[in-house]
Amino acid sequence: MSMYLEMIRVRFLMMLAYRTNYYSGILIYSINIGAYYFLWSAIYGGKEEIQGLSVAQMTTYVAVAWMARAFYYNNIDREIAAEIKDGKVAIEMIRPYNYLGMKTMQALGEGIFRLLFFSVPGMIIVTLIFPVRFDASVTTWLFFFISLVFSFIVNTHINLLTGIMTFFLFNNTGLIRAKRVVIDLFSGLLLPISFYPEWAQTVMSYLPFQAISYVPSMIFTEGFVGQEIYHALLTQIVWVIILLIPIRLLWSLAKKHLIVQGG
Amino acid sequence: MFYLSLFFQYASQYLKTRLTYRVDMVIEILSDLLSQGVNLIFILIVFRHTAFLGGWNRDEIIFIYGFFLVPYAIFSSFFNIWDFNERYIVKGEMDRILTRPVHSLFQIILERIELESLFGAITGLLVMGYAMANLELTFVWYDILIFILMVIGGALIYAGIFISIATIGFWSDSRTDIMPMMYNISNYGRYPINIYNKVIQFVLTWILPFAFVGVYPASYFLNREEWYGYAFFTPVMGLLFFGIAILLWNAGVKRYRGAGN
Repeated sequence: MSMYLEMIRVRFLMMLAYRTNYYSGILIYSINIGAYYFLWSAIYGGKEEIQGLSVAQMTTYVAVAWMARAFYYNNIDREIAAEIKDGKVAIEMIRPYNYLGMKTMQALGEGIFRLLFFSVPGMIIVTLIFPVRFDASVTTWLFFFISLVFSFIVNTHINLLTGIMTFFLFNNTGLIRAKRVVIDLFSGLLLPISFYPEWAQTVMSYLPFQAISYVPSMIFTEGFVGQEIYHALLTQIVWVIILLIPIRLLWSLAKKHLIVQGG
Repeated sequence: MFYLSLFFQYASQYLKTRLTYRVDMVIEILSDLLSQGVNLIFILIVFRHTAFLGGWNRDEIIFIYGFFLVPYAIFSSFFNIWDFNERYIVKGEMDRILTRPVHSLFQIILERIELESLFGAITGLLVMGYAMANLELTFVWYDILIFILMVIGGALIYAGIFISIATIGFWSDSRTDIMPMMYNISNYGRYPINIYNKVIQFVLTWILPFAFVGVYPASYFLNREEWYGYAFFTPVMGLLFFGIAILLWNAGVKRYRGAGN
Protein backbone atom coordinates (compact mmCIF):
# COMPACT_ATOMS: atom_id res chain seq x y z
CA MET A 1 0.00 0.00 0.00
CA SER A 2 2.75 2.44 0.99
CA MET A 3 4.37 1.58 -2.32
CA TYR A 4 1.33 2.88 -4.19
CA LEU A 5 1.17 6.00 -2.03
CA GLU A 6 4.77 6.60 -2.96
CA MET A 7 3.84 6.37 -6.65
CA ILE A 8 1.22 9.07 -6.15
CA ARG A 9 3.76 11.22 -4.35
CA VAL A 10 6.47 10.81 -6.96
CA ARG A 11 4.15 11.70 -9.83
CA PHE A 12 2.85 14.66 -7.84
CA LEU A 13 6.39 15.92 -7.27
CA MET A 14 7.25 15.33 -10.90
CA MET A 15 4.35 17.53 -11.95
CA LEU A 16 5.30 20.07 -9.30
CA ALA A 17 8.73 20.45 -10.85
CA TYR A 18 7.09 21.77 -13.99
CA ARG A 19 4.42 23.86 -12.28
CA THR A 20 5.32 27.18 -13.91
CA ASN A 21 4.00 25.86 -17.19
CA TYR A 22 0.61 25.48 -15.64
CA TYR A 23 0.09 29.19 -15.06
CA SER A 24 -0.21 29.75 -18.78
CA GLY A 25 -2.48 26.72 -18.89
CA ILE A 26 -4.87 28.24 -16.38
CA LEU A 27 -5.06 31.41 -18.41
CA ILE A 28 -5.83 29.53 -21.58
CA TYR A 29 -8.36 27.28 -19.79
CA SER A 30 -10.14 30.41 -18.62
CA ILE A 31 -10.23 31.77 -22.16
CA ASN A 32 -11.66 28.43 -23.19
CA ILE A 33 -14.44 28.54 -20.59
CA GLY A 34 -15.02 32.16 -21.53
CA ALA A 35 -15.57 31.36 -25.17
CA TYR A 36 -18.11 28.71 -24.17
CA TYR A 37 -19.75 31.27 -21.95
CA PHE A 38 -20.28 33.56 -24.93
CA LEU A 39 -21.40 30.70 -27.12
CA TRP A 40 -24.02 29.64 -24.57
CA SER A 41 -25.14 33.23 -23.97
CA ALA A 42 -25.76 33.54 -27.70
CA ILE A 43 -27.56 30.20 -27.76
CA TYR A 44 -29.83 31.29 -24.92
CA GLY A 45 -30.47 34.66 -26.58
CA GLY A 46 -33.38 35.98 -24.53
CA LYS A 47 -34.57 32.59 -23.28
CA GLU A 48 -35.00 32.13 -19.53
CA GLU A 49 -34.10 28.47 -19.52
CA ILE A 50 -33.46 25.49 -21.78
CA GLN A 51 -34.14 21.97 -20.53
CA GLY A 52 -34.48 23.23 -16.95
CA LEU A 53 -31.10 24.99 -16.87
CA SER A 54 -30.88 28.77 -16.68
CA VAL A 55 -28.08 30.60 -18.45
CA ALA A 56 -26.34 31.12 -15.08
CA GLN A 57 -26.54 27.40 -14.32
CA MET A 58 -25.28 26.65 -17.80
CA THR A 59 -22.24 28.89 -17.33
CA THR A 60 -21.50 27.20 -14.01
CA TYR A 61 -22.01 23.82 -15.65
CA VAL A 62 -19.41 24.61 -18.30
CA ALA A 63 -16.90 26.00 -15.79
CA VAL A 64 -17.28 23.07 -13.39
CA ALA A 65 -17.16 20.52 -16.19
CA TRP A 66 -13.82 21.91 -17.42
CA MET A 67 -12.31 22.28 -13.98
CA ALA A 68 -13.36 18.73 -13.09
CA ARG A 69 -11.79 17.57 -16.34
CA ALA A 70 -8.44 18.85 -15.11
CA PHE A 71 -8.75 16.33 -12.27
CA TYR A 72 -9.98 13.22 -14.05
CA TYR A 73 -8.13 13.71 -17.32
CA ASN A 74 -4.85 11.87 -17.81
CA ASN A 75 -2.74 10.39 -20.55
CA ILE A 76 -2.09 6.94 -19.07
CA ASP A 77 -3.59 5.32 -22.15
CA ARG A 78 -0.89 6.98 -24.24
CA GLU A 79 1.77 6.13 -21.66
CA ILE A 80 0.75 2.47 -21.62
CA ALA A 81 0.74 2.38 -25.41
CA ALA A 82 4.24 3.88 -25.51
CA GLU A 83 5.55 1.41 -22.93
CA ILE A 84 4.09 -1.51 -24.80
CA LYS A 85 5.56 -0.32 -28.08
CA ASP A 86 9.09 0.19 -26.79
CA GLY A 87 9.01 -3.03 -24.78
CA LYS A 88 9.28 -1.40 -21.37
CA VAL A 89 6.11 -3.15 -20.32
CA ALA A 90 7.93 -6.49 -20.17
CA ILE A 91 10.21 -5.15 -17.45
CA GLU A 92 7.31 -3.50 -15.66
CA MET A 93 5.52 -6.84 -15.55
CA ILE A 94 8.26 -8.60 -13.60
CA ARG A 95 8.42 -5.84 -11.02
CA PRO A 96 6.77 -6.53 -7.64
CA TYR A 97 3.65 -4.46 -8.20
CA ASN A 98 0.56 -4.45 -10.29
CA TYR A 99 1.31 -2.58 -13.50
CA LEU A 100 -2.21 -1.28 -13.99
CA GLY A 101 -2.36 -0.31 -10.31
CA MET A 102 0.83 1.66 -10.73
CA LYS A 103 -0.56 3.49 -13.76
CA THR A 104 -3.73 4.33 -11.83
CA MET A 105 -1.69 5.73 -8.95
CA GLN A 106 0.39 7.84 -11.31
CA ALA A 107 -2.81 9.17 -12.83
CA LEU A 108 -4.09 9.99 -9.35
CA GLY A 109 -0.89 11.85 -8.48
CA GLU A 110 -1.29 13.86 -11.66
CA GLY A 111 -4.98 14.46 -10.93
CA ILE A 112 -4.35 15.70 -7.40
CA PHE A 113 -1.65 18.00 -8.68
CA ARG A 114 -3.94 19.49 -11.31
CA LEU A 115 -6.79 19.82 -8.83
CA LEU A 116 -4.63 21.89 -6.45
CA PHE A 117 -2.54 23.88 -8.90
CA PHE A 118 -4.88 24.13 -11.82
CA SER A 119 -8.54 23.77 -10.90
CA VAL A 120 -8.47 25.80 -7.69
CA PRO A 121 -6.68 28.90 -9.05
CA GLY A 122 -8.57 28.43 -12.31
CA MET A 123 -11.91 28.47 -10.51
CA ILE A 124 -10.95 31.65 -8.66
CA ILE A 125 -10.02 33.40 -11.90
CA VAL A 126 -13.15 32.21 -13.67
CA THR A 127 -15.36 33.41 -10.80
CA LEU A 128 -13.80 36.86 -11.04
CA ILE A 129 -14.47 37.19 -14.77
CA PHE A 130 -17.71 35.36 -15.45
CA PRO A 131 -21.04 35.11 -13.62
CA VAL A 132 -20.24 31.63 -12.32
CA ARG A 133 -21.75 30.62 -8.99
CA PHE A 134 -19.57 28.59 -6.65
CA ASP A 135 -21.66 29.29 -3.55
CA ALA A 136 -23.29 25.85 -3.48
CA SER A 137 -24.19 24.39 -0.09
CA VAL A 138 -21.81 22.19 1.88
CA THR A 139 -23.75 19.02 1.06
CA THR A 140 -23.67 19.85 -2.64
CA TRP A 141 -19.91 20.29 -2.48
CA LEU A 142 -19.64 17.00 -0.61
CA PHE A 143 -21.70 15.08 -3.17
CA PHE A 144 -19.76 16.80 -5.92
CA PHE A 145 -16.42 15.60 -4.56
CA ILE A 146 -17.72 12.06 -4.06
CA SER A 147 -18.93 11.93 -7.64
CA LEU A 148 -15.66 13.49 -8.82
CA VAL A 149 -13.73 10.58 -7.32
CA PHE A 150 -15.98 8.13 -9.15
CA SER A 151 -15.64 10.06 -12.40
CA PHE A 152 -11.88 9.80 -12.02
CA ILE A 153 -12.12 6.03 -11.55
CA VAL A 154 -14.47 5.51 -14.49
CA ASN A 155 -12.30 7.65 -16.77
CA THR A 156 -9.15 5.87 -15.63
CA HIS A 157 -10.79 2.49 -16.22
CA ILE A 158 -11.58 3.54 -19.77
CA ASN A 159 -8.03 4.79 -20.26
CA LEU A 160 -6.60 1.51 -18.99
CA LEU A 161 -8.82 -0.39 -21.40
CA THR A 162 -7.72 1.82 -24.28
CA GLY A 163 -4.08 1.39 -23.29
CA ILE A 164 -4.36 -2.38 -23.02
CA MET A 165 -5.83 -2.50 -26.52
CA THR A 166 -2.32 -1.67 -27.78
CA PHE A 167 -1.40 -5.29 -27.08
CA PHE A 168 -3.84 -6.33 -29.78
CA LEU A 169 -3.66 -3.39 -32.21
CA PHE A 170 0.11 -2.74 -31.82
CA ASN A 171 -0.36 0.92 -32.70
CA ASN A 172 -3.45 2.54 -31.35
CA THR A 173 -3.07 6.31 -31.61
CA GLY A 174 -6.27 6.27 -33.64
CA LEU A 175 -8.24 4.50 -30.97
CA ILE A 176 -6.90 6.83 -28.29
CA ARG A 177 -8.01 9.84 -30.30
CA ALA A 178 -11.40 8.34 -31.01
CA LYS A 179 -11.86 7.59 -27.33
CA ARG A 180 -11.12 11.17 -26.36
CA VAL A 181 -13.64 12.53 -28.85
CA VAL A 182 -16.31 10.09 -27.73
CA ILE A 183 -15.75 11.02 -24.09
CA ASP A 184 -15.95 14.75 -24.82
CA LEU A 185 -19.28 14.29 -26.53
CA PHE A 186 -20.98 11.53 -24.56
CA SER A 187 -19.72 12.47 -21.11
CA GLY A 188 -21.64 15.73 -21.13
CA LEU A 189 -18.56 17.95 -21.22
CA LEU A 190 -19.65 19.81 -24.34
CA LEU A 191 -23.40 19.50 -23.93
CA PRO A 192 -25.53 18.41 -20.98
CA ILE A 193 -27.04 15.02 -21.77
CA SER A 194 -30.51 16.51 -21.24
CA PHE A 195 -30.06 18.62 -24.39
CA TYR A 196 -29.93 15.57 -26.63
CA PRO A 197 -33.01 14.12 -28.34
CA GLU A 198 -34.89 11.51 -26.30
CA TRP A 199 -33.60 8.49 -28.22
CA ALA A 200 -29.98 9.60 -27.83
CA GLN A 201 -30.48 10.09 -24.10
CA THR A 202 -31.77 6.55 -23.85
CA VAL A 203 -28.73 5.19 -25.67
CA MET A 204 -26.35 7.20 -23.49
CA SER A 205 -27.97 6.04 -20.28
CA TYR A 206 -26.60 2.58 -21.13
CA LEU A 207 -23.05 3.88 -21.64
CA PRO A 208 -20.44 4.63 -18.97
CA PHE A 209 -19.47 8.04 -20.32
CA GLN A 210 -22.07 10.17 -18.53
CA ALA A 211 -20.53 9.02 -15.25
CA ILE A 212 -17.43 11.03 -16.15
CA SER A 213 -18.63 14.59 -16.60
CA TYR A 214 -22.42 14.91 -16.66
CA VAL A 215 -23.00 13.53 -13.15
CA PRO A 216 -20.55 15.73 -11.19
CA SER A 217 -21.48 18.85 -13.18
CA MET A 218 -25.22 18.31 -12.74
CA ILE A 219 -24.76 17.69 -9.01
CA PHE A 220 -22.79 20.89 -8.66
CA THR A 221 -25.18 23.11 -10.61
CA GLU A 222 -28.06 21.54 -8.67
CA GLY A 223 -29.56 20.28 -11.87
CA PHE A 224 -29.87 17.05 -9.91
CA VAL A 225 -31.70 17.28 -6.58
CA GLY A 226 -32.76 14.84 -3.86
CA GLN A 227 -33.32 11.33 -5.12
CA GLU A 228 -31.67 12.10 -8.47
CA ILE A 229 -28.30 12.61 -6.77
CA TYR A 230 -28.30 9.18 -5.15
CA HIS A 231 -29.42 7.60 -8.37
CA ALA A 232 -26.63 9.31 -10.29
CA LEU A 233 -23.99 8.28 -7.76
CA LEU A 234 -25.27 4.71 -7.86
CA THR A 235 -24.90 4.68 -11.67
CA GLN A 236 -21.29 5.79 -11.26
CA ILE A 237 -20.57 3.03 -8.72
CA VAL A 238 -22.13 0.42 -11.00
CA TRP A 239 -19.84 1.52 -13.84
CA VAL A 240 -16.79 1.52 -11.59
CA ILE A 241 -17.49 -2.16 -10.89
CA ILE A 242 -18.63 -3.27 -14.36
CA LEU A 243 -15.59 -1.84 -16.11
CA LEU A 244 -13.27 -3.90 -13.92
CA ILE A 245 -14.40 -7.03 -15.75
CA PRO A 246 -13.15 -6.23 -19.28
CA ILE A 247 -9.94 -4.80 -17.81
CA ARG A 248 -9.22 -8.05 -15.96
CA LEU A 249 -10.11 -10.19 -18.96
CA LEU A 250 -8.11 -8.22 -21.51
CA TRP A 251 -5.14 -7.88 -19.19
CA SER A 252 -4.79 -11.61 -18.58
CA LEU A 253 -5.29 -12.23 -22.30
CA ALA A 254 -2.69 -9.57 -23.09
CA LYS A 255 -0.10 -11.12 -20.81
CA LYS A 256 -0.32 -14.32 -22.80
CA HIS A 257 -0.22 -12.48 -26.12
CA LEU A 258 2.60 -10.08 -25.39
CA ILE A 259 4.70 -9.30 -28.43
CA VAL A 260 7.47 -6.86 -27.69
CA GLN A 261 8.01 -4.73 -30.77
CA GLY A 262 11.33 -3.28 -29.83
CA GLY A 263 13.62 -2.47 -26.95
CA MET B 1 13.00 21.51 -57.31
CA PHE B 2 15.20 19.57 -54.91
CA TYR B 3 12.72 20.37 -52.14
CA LEU B 4 9.83 19.18 -54.27
CA SER B 5 11.34 15.81 -55.17
CA LEU B 6 12.37 15.33 -51.55
CA PHE B 7 8.81 16.05 -50.53
CA PHE B 8 7.40 13.38 -52.83
CA GLN B 9 9.95 10.85 -51.69
CA TYR B 10 9.07 11.46 -48.06
CA ALA B 11 5.37 11.32 -48.88
CA SER B 12 5.65 7.93 -50.58
CA GLN B 13 7.84 6.65 -47.78
CA TYR B 14 5.25 7.85 -45.32
CA LEU B 15 2.46 6.01 -47.10
CA LYS B 16 4.48 2.80 -46.95
CA THR B 17 4.98 3.06 -43.20
CA ARG B 18 1.35 3.90 -42.62
CA LEU B 19 0.15 0.98 -44.67
CA THR B 20 2.07 -1.36 -42.41
CA TYR B 21 -0.42 -0.67 -39.64
CA ARG B 22 -3.52 -0.66 -41.78
CA VAL B 23 -6.07 -1.21 -39.03
CA ASP B 24 -4.68 1.69 -37.11
CA MET B 25 -4.77 3.97 -40.14
CA VAL B 26 -8.41 3.15 -40.80
CA ILE B 27 -9.24 3.78 -37.14
CA GLU B 28 -7.39 7.07 -37.30
CA ILE B 29 -9.29 8.26 -40.36
CA LEU B 30 -12.52 7.15 -38.70
CA SER B 31 -11.59 8.99 -35.52
CA ASP B 32 -11.00 12.15 -37.54
CA LEU B 33 -14.41 11.70 -39.10
CA LEU B 34 -15.82 11.10 -35.66
CA SER B 35 -14.42 14.30 -34.23
CA GLN B 36 -15.79 16.24 -37.20
CA GLY B 37 -19.07 14.46 -36.62
CA VAL B 38 -19.04 15.49 -32.97
CA ASN B 39 -18.73 19.15 -33.90
CA LEU B 40 -21.58 18.83 -36.35
CA ILE B 41 -23.69 17.07 -33.74
CA PHE B 42 -22.96 19.93 -31.35
CA ILE B 43 -24.25 22.43 -33.89
CA LEU B 44 -27.31 20.32 -34.73
CA ILE B 45 -28.24 19.84 -31.07
CA VAL B 46 -27.73 23.48 -30.20
CA PHE B 47 -30.07 24.47 -33.02
CA ARG B 48 -32.77 22.21 -31.62
CA HIS B 49 -33.04 24.79 -28.85
CA THR B 50 -32.54 28.03 -30.77
CA ALA B 51 -33.12 29.34 -34.31
CA PHE B 52 -30.24 31.83 -34.52
CA LEU B 53 -26.77 32.15 -33.12
CA GLY B 54 -25.81 35.82 -33.08
CA GLY B 55 -27.96 36.39 -36.16
CA TRP B 56 -26.67 33.40 -38.12
CA ASN B 57 -28.93 30.46 -38.87
CA ARG B 58 -28.18 26.76 -38.65
CA ASP B 59 -27.04 26.22 -42.23
CA GLU B 60 -24.78 29.27 -42.18
CA ILE B 61 -23.05 27.95 -39.05
CA ILE B 62 -22.71 24.54 -40.70
CA PHE B 63 -21.21 26.20 -43.78
CA ILE B 64 -18.66 28.06 -41.63
CA TYR B 65 -17.69 24.79 -39.99
CA GLY B 66 -17.37 23.05 -43.37
CA PHE B 67 -15.14 25.83 -44.65
CA PHE B 68 -12.98 25.71 -41.52
CA LEU B 69 -12.32 21.99 -42.08
CA VAL B 70 -10.53 22.57 -45.40
CA PRO B 71 -7.62 24.82 -44.28
CA TYR B 72 -7.52 22.87 -41.04
CA ALA B 73 -7.04 19.61 -42.94
CA ILE B 74 -4.14 21.09 -44.90
CA PHE B 75 -2.60 22.43 -41.73
CA SER B 76 -2.82 19.14 -39.86
CA SER B 77 -1.44 17.16 -42.78
CA PHE B 78 1.71 19.20 -43.14
CA PHE B 79 2.38 21.05 -39.92
CA ASN B 80 2.54 18.48 -37.17
CA ILE B 81 4.75 20.36 -34.81
CA TRP B 82 2.60 20.29 -31.69
CA ASP B 83 5.09 17.97 -29.97
CA PHE B 84 8.17 19.70 -31.37
CA ASN B 85 9.56 20.49 -27.92
CA GLU B 86 9.43 16.94 -26.57
CA ARG B 87 10.28 15.20 -29.78
CA TYR B 88 13.09 17.38 -31.05
CA ILE B 89 14.45 19.60 -28.30
CA VAL B 90 14.26 17.41 -25.19
CA LYS B 91 15.34 14.27 -27.00
CA GLY B 92 18.12 16.10 -28.84
CA GLU B 93 16.75 15.16 -32.27
CA MET B 94 17.20 18.76 -33.37
CA ASP B 95 20.95 18.12 -33.65
CA ARG B 96 20.27 15.60 -36.38
CA ILE B 97 17.85 17.94 -38.17
CA LEU B 98 20.49 20.65 -38.34
CA THR B 99 22.89 18.38 -40.20
CA ARG B 100 20.40 17.92 -43.03
CA PRO B 101 20.88 19.85 -46.28
CA VAL B 102 17.45 21.52 -46.25
CA HIS B 103 15.96 24.24 -44.08
CA SER B 104 15.40 22.79 -40.60
CA LEU B 105 11.70 23.63 -40.54
CA PHE B 106 11.16 22.00 -43.92
CA GLN B 107 12.97 18.88 -42.74
CA ILE B 108 10.66 18.61 -39.72
CA ILE B 109 7.61 19.15 -41.88
CA LEU B 110 8.79 16.31 -44.12
CA GLU B 111 9.31 13.96 -41.21
CA ARG B 112 5.98 14.71 -39.64
CA ILE B 113 3.55 14.72 -42.57
CA GLU B 114 0.25 12.98 -41.88
CA LEU B 115 -1.36 12.71 -45.26
CA GLU B 116 -4.47 10.94 -44.02
CA SER B 117 -5.62 14.19 -42.41
CA LEU B 118 -6.40 15.44 -45.93
CA PHE B 119 -9.60 13.40 -45.73
CA GLY B 120 -10.87 16.23 -43.55
CA ALA B 121 -10.88 18.50 -46.58
CA ILE B 122 -13.27 16.13 -48.34
CA THR B 123 -15.54 16.11 -45.33
CA GLY B 124 -15.37 19.89 -45.29
CA LEU B 125 -16.36 20.17 -48.95
CA LEU B 126 -19.28 17.78 -48.40
CA VAL B 127 -20.46 19.71 -45.35
CA MET B 128 -20.22 22.97 -47.31
CA GLY B 129 -22.11 21.40 -50.18
CA TYR B 130 -24.88 20.32 -47.85
CA ALA B 131 -25.18 23.79 -46.33
CA MET B 132 -25.02 25.47 -49.75
CA ALA B 133 -27.85 23.33 -51.04
CA ASN B 134 -30.00 24.26 -48.04
CA LEU B 135 -29.16 27.94 -48.35
CA GLU B 136 -29.54 27.88 -52.15
CA LEU B 137 -26.22 29.67 -52.57
CA THR B 138 -24.83 30.23 -56.03
CA PHE B 139 -21.23 30.80 -57.02
CA VAL B 140 -19.36 32.01 -60.07
CA TRP B 141 -16.15 30.62 -61.60
CA TYR B 142 -13.75 33.02 -59.88
CA ASP B 143 -15.19 32.06 -56.49
CA ILE B 144 -13.18 28.86 -56.81
CA LEU B 145 -9.97 30.87 -57.11
CA ILE B 146 -10.98 33.02 -54.15
CA PHE B 147 -11.78 29.86 -52.23
CA ILE B 148 -8.30 28.47 -52.88
CA LEU B 149 -6.70 31.76 -51.80
CA MET B 150 -8.76 31.85 -48.62
CA VAL B 151 -7.92 28.24 -47.81
CA ILE B 152 -4.20 28.81 -48.28
CA GLY B 153 -4.43 31.95 -46.16
CA GLY B 154 -6.22 30.07 -43.40
CA ALA B 155 -3.77 27.18 -43.43
CA LEU B 156 -0.84 29.62 -43.26
CA ILE B 157 -2.39 31.39 -40.28
CA TYR B 158 -2.70 28.09 -38.46
CA ALA B 159 0.82 27.09 -39.42
CA GLY B 160 2.18 30.48 -38.40
CA ILE B 161 0.61 30.39 -34.96
CA PHE B 162 1.63 26.83 -34.19
CA ILE B 163 5.17 27.21 -35.51
CA SER B 164 5.56 30.38 -33.45
CA ILE B 165 4.47 28.54 -30.34
CA ALA B 166 6.75 25.62 -31.13
CA THR B 167 9.71 27.99 -31.24
CA ILE B 168 9.23 28.59 -27.51
CA GLY B 169 11.05 25.26 -27.26
CA PHE B 170 14.26 26.96 -28.38
CA TRP B 171 14.16 29.26 -25.38
CA SER B 172 12.74 26.94 -22.74
CA ASP B 173 12.83 23.17 -22.95
CA SER B 174 10.44 22.50 -20.08
CA ARG B 175 7.09 20.91 -20.74
CA THR B 176 4.27 23.20 -21.63
CA ASP B 177 0.55 22.77 -21.99
CA ILE B 178 0.09 25.66 -24.38
CA MET B 179 -0.19 23.52 -27.51
CA PRO B 180 -3.23 21.41 -26.55
CA MET B 181 -4.95 24.48 -25.17
CA MET B 182 -4.26 26.35 -28.39
CA TYR B 183 -6.17 23.67 -30.22
CA ASN B 184 -9.14 24.38 -27.97
CA ILE B 185 -8.93 28.10 -28.56
CA SER B 186 -8.61 27.62 -32.30
CA ASN B 187 -12.08 26.10 -32.32
CA TYR B 188 -13.66 29.44 -31.61
CA GLY B 189 -12.90 30.70 -35.08
CA ARG B 190 -15.62 28.32 -36.24
CA TYR B 191 -18.36 30.32 -34.60
CA PRO B 192 -19.54 33.80 -35.57
CA ILE B 193 -17.14 36.33 -34.14
CA ASN B 194 -19.94 38.70 -33.13
CA ILE B 195 -21.13 36.47 -30.27
CA TYR B 196 -17.96 37.18 -28.30
CA ASN B 197 -17.15 40.37 -26.42
CA LYS B 198 -14.83 43.05 -27.77
CA VAL B 199 -11.66 41.72 -26.13
CA ILE B 200 -12.09 38.21 -27.47
CA GLN B 201 -13.07 39.56 -30.90
CA PHE B 202 -9.84 41.51 -30.91
CA VAL B 203 -7.76 38.49 -29.85
CA LEU B 204 -9.36 36.22 -32.44
CA THR B 205 -8.82 38.83 -35.15
CA TRP B 206 -5.36 40.23 -34.49
CA ILE B 207 -3.45 38.19 -31.89
CA LEU B 208 -4.50 34.59 -32.47
CA PRO B 209 -6.37 35.26 -35.70
CA PHE B 210 -8.38 32.04 -35.81
CA ALA B 211 -11.41 33.98 -37.01
CA PHE B 212 -9.61 34.25 -40.37
CA VAL B 213 -9.72 30.49 -40.71
CA GLY B 214 -13.47 30.15 -40.33
CA VAL B 215 -16.03 32.85 -40.02
CA TYR B 216 -14.33 35.74 -41.89
CA PRO B 217 -13.52 33.99 -45.16
CA ALA B 218 -16.73 31.94 -45.02
CA SER B 219 -18.80 35.12 -44.80
CA TYR B 220 -17.67 36.02 -48.32
CA PHE B 221 -19.32 32.90 -49.70
CA LEU B 222 -22.38 33.47 -47.52
CA ASN B 223 -22.77 36.96 -49.08
CA ARG B 224 -22.47 38.65 -45.68
CA GLU B 225 -21.16 41.92 -47.04
CA GLU B 226 -20.55 43.51 -43.64
CA TRP B 227 -17.58 41.13 -43.21
CA TYR B 228 -16.08 41.42 -46.71
CA GLY B 229 -13.22 43.66 -45.55
CA TYR B 230 -12.02 41.02 -43.13
CA ALA B 231 -12.68 38.20 -45.57
CA PHE B 232 -10.33 39.62 -48.19
CA PHE B 233 -7.70 40.24 -45.57
CA THR B 234 -7.35 36.47 -44.98
CA PRO B 235 -4.43 35.78 -47.38
CA VAL B 236 -2.59 38.87 -46.09
CA MET B 237 -2.92 37.67 -42.50
CA GLY B 238 -1.73 34.23 -43.60
CA LEU B 239 1.46 35.58 -45.17
CA LEU B 240 2.04 37.92 -42.25
CA PHE B 241 1.73 35.28 -39.53
CA PHE B 242 3.65 32.68 -41.46
CA GLY B 243 6.41 35.21 -42.09
CA ILE B 244 6.63 36.06 -38.40
CA ALA B 245 6.82 32.34 -37.59
CA ILE B 246 9.74 31.83 -39.99
CA LEU B 247 11.61 34.78 -38.47
CA LEU B 248 11.05 33.42 -34.97
CA TRP B 249 12.13 29.97 -36.09
CA ASN B 250 15.37 31.21 -37.64
CA ALA B 251 16.13 33.27 -34.55
CA GLY B 252 15.45 30.21 -32.40
CA VAL B 253 17.68 27.94 -34.46
CA LYS B 254 20.52 30.44 -34.08
CA ARG B 255 20.07 30.30 -30.34
CA TYR B 256 19.77 26.51 -30.17
CA ARG B 257 22.45 24.86 -28.04
CA GLY B 258 21.27 21.27 -27.84
CA ALA B 259 19.73 19.58 -24.86
CA GLY B 260 19.87 15.88 -25.62
CA ASN B 261 22.63 13.36 -25.20
